[in-house]
Amino acid sequence: MASSISLWVFLFAFWFLLSGHTEPLLLGFGAFSCTIVVYIAHRMDVIDHEGHPSHLSFKIIPYWAWLCWEIVKANIDVAKVIISPKLPISPVMFKTKASQSRELGQVIYANSITLTPGTIAVDLENGVLEIHALTVEGAKGVLTGDMDRRVCKVKGEMEGHDE
Amino acid sequence: MMFVAATIAVIISILLGLIRAFLGPTIYDRVLAGNMIGTLTVILISVHGFLTERPEFLDIALVYALINFIGTIAILKYFRFKDLGHAGTDHSANEQENM
Amino acid sequence: MDLILDILSWFFILLGSAFVLIGAIGVLRLPEVFTRSHAAGMVDTFGTGLILLGLMFQAGGFNLIVVKLIMIGFFLFFTSPVACHALVRAAIVDGAKPMLKEGVVLEGEYKDTPKDEGDKPS
Repeated sequence: MASSISLWVFLFAFWFLLSGHTEPLLLGFGAFSCTIVVYIAHRMDVIDHEGHPSHLSFKIIPYWAWLCWEIVKANIDVAKVIISPKLPISPVMFKTKASQSRELGQVIYANSITLTPGTIAVDLENGVLEIHALTVEGAKGVLTGDMDRRVCKVKGEMEGHDE
Repeated sequence: MMFVAATIAVIISILLGLIRAFLGPTIYDRVLAGNMIGTLTVILISVHGFLTERPEFLDIALVYALINFIGTIAILKYFRFKDLGHAGTDHSANEQENM
Repeated sequence: MDLILDILSWFFILLGSAFVLIGAIGVLRLPEVFTRSHAAGMVDTFGTGLILLGLMFQAGGFNLIVVKLIMIGFFLFFTSPVACHALVRAAIVDGAKPMLKEGVVLEGEYKDTPKDEGDKPS
């Protein structure tokens, strides 16, 4: 029930940001459509713990800032590779261990790897990631485990918040 | 003026993506090019909204971003299972065969 | 003040356009679907992000337009890796073999044969 109400509040805030209307009639229509969506979601039984990330702590925001900086650096590297005339690519495929214990942390780690250009997480099974990298340097960057540790830190805080 | 520059760059990129979509040897090259063209279309719609000073276009860009994502996933699922209504439960079984 | 905002807008929009063009050239130039998806990821993250950032400076203060631009950026930020992963995964499951450089030994790589039954972490 609590997650239904928080979903309704989230949907209504989203609706209000998109529409920008303040007339009572239109606000009523918005609230009515949010109620219908929550009812249908309840009937579909898709409202669960992970359906809306209210349990994510705000500690993830510094991680995002760090991730943005990593994305900038990786982008410049990939752009250099693409515009150099000899096309010095050295694609490699390797496996690495994600040291997060729960699936959410592993998914955050895999998504961060995919979001950084030059490395793509191809497979995630039993905590072992299979990664395709455009250059050997990019692969070495993943294998230093810096991102892994940072995700562990964020996720540890999230788990503490969670239980 | 800067919006015109961005529009030209995005349109040239869309043309390059179209060339890849025509050339692409496998189906996945074409889906990749289509996904990239969709992302660039989102940017094109946003920039066009600023160019004509009608920010309502941003709503369309937002909806297009969602449709692009769902469309890419739906196309990939269709070529994987040849059926959009497939529950996709034989995932691990297929993987065993491939190994 | 307007001049500073204009200069910032020009800078971010031109840089974003350059990265979008480089990404598109990469999609055209790189040899196969796995390497091409890296270039497409570049367009998805950096090119669009910088152009949206440049547009935010032209919205005239913090208003609903900026909120919508941030929302578009958020959607692209969260959906692009999922689409990219789904594409590469579909290509792998379909049996496409990625073109790899021979004889590369990486330190700290997780060694485990995929056929191993008891997938125990070391």
